[in-house]
Amino acid sequence: MLKGRHLIEPDDLSVEEIDEICSLAEQMIVDPAAFQDVCRGKILATLFFEPSTRTRLSFEAAMLHLGGSVEGFADAQSSSASKGETLADTIRVVSSYVDIIAMRNPKEGAALLASKYSACPIVNAGDGGHFHPTQTLTDLVTIRQLRGGFEGHTIGFCGDLKFGRTVHSLVQAMCRYKGNKFIFISPQELTIPEYIVENVLAPAGIPYETATRLEDVIDKLDILYMTRVQKERFFNEQDYIRLKDSYILDKEKMKLARKDMIVLHPLPRVNEIAPAVDDDPRAAYFKQVKYGMFARMALISKITGCL
Amino acid sequence: MNVDTIKNGLVIDHIRAGSGWRIFKWLGLDSAPFTAALIMNVPSQKTGKKDIIKIDNIIDIDFSVLGFIDPNICVNIIKDEKIIRKINMELPTRVQNVFQCKNPRCITVTEHYVPSTFLLVDKKKALYRCEYCDALYTAGEGGYPVETRT
Repeated sequence: MLKGRHLIEPDDLSVEEIDEICSLAEQMIVDPAAFQDVCRGKILATLFFEPSTRTRLSFEAAMLHLGGSVEGFADAQSSSASKGETLADTIRVVSSYVDIIAMRNPKEGAALLASKYSACPIVNAGDGGHFHPTQTLTDLVTIRQLRGGFEGHTIGFCGDLKFGRTVHSLVQAMCRYKGNKFIFISPQELTIPEYIVENVLAPAGIPYETATRLEDVIDKLDILYMTRVQKERFFNEQDYIRLKDSYILDKEKMKLARKDMIVLHPLPRVNEIAPAVDDDPRAAYFKQVKYGMFARMALISKITGCL
Repeated sequence: MNVDTIKNGLVIDHIRAGSGWRIFKWLGLDSAPFTAALIMNVPSQKTGKKDIIKIDNIIDIDFSVLGFIDPNICVNIIKDEKIIRKINMELPTRVQNVFQCKNPRCITVTEHYVPSTFLLVDKKKALYRCEYCDALYTAGEGGYPVETRT
């Protein structure tokens, strides 16, 4: 039962609940018109304390497609936070107006804190480098749409695997399904954290390998998950400049990949995927964006109790 | 050196030498309206030396915090000058407001009204995680936790 629940981290959802959301999202992809009024009379607040055009618009579009309304702010300067209001007070106030809140905040743990003071469900739309559960749902809906299911895949994660929260969440999510293997491709400075290996991969008995060159392993992959080296995750700009171009996917590398491999990316990209790759039928990152909206539609309609 | 025996009160024994003052302060004994003694560097067979706190009153203590500061501590409850109960500390499953999260990105750093809460994740390694940001800490000597990266 998802009605009235907060979604703070991907693990808040059971495998069955993920299946339920993915199945509903698939129905919405096939026949969106059938769902255009399911949230009529409901209000979504999008509280974005840091800019994120894509995620915010995706949430807002999702609610509008369901027939609901949206209100909110797109950066902290337009909120009472700029006057020194606490997050708890902002949440107490807003949650008395609306039916569901999607919140992004640069501080880790902000969504959990908000959930303790909210009168309505909180959906974490990203809390710093911590959790971004609806991105994970987006990735899962995309994988199920394009690969037919969650089992038996070899998934390559490439780029910033140290700070990339989307990578950590997707690894955790895919560990819950049978027959998956992972290949982690990154520079030494940005390898997958040891706690993911110790606490997630090892207990689940998931086979994995590491590589430093994408072209050495790309031919083994069913799914390639590219990530951006995020400037805001670095304290030191020199480190960022040194590492940002480490792993670029181009047409030459795509020639080495399987014909049915899919390329995913949480976006926005900087230059880690060459624009020439966009026309390749295996490039699925813009489809992923669309599926993300349907994933959020399914989630909103479940959490608000409309479906 | 002699300190009077206690009629009704508490003796906090086996405190790691040097940590006694922090516990004395944390319990508010420096401004208490009853007698309290902090005895430092007492010879100990087990550890060489230790600190002891004697409190001439039965006061409520959050044993979980005491266990976090030093799990080797033993609290003796004294009634009519006799030990009626010995309580051995252990690492608590949850500690609140004993220390602040050091992760600059943690929400508790800017939202000061939020109680800093840490949950025990590995008893053997004395490993705690921040409830909010999941930063890891190892319970350190005298309750000074060490930020830990795994």
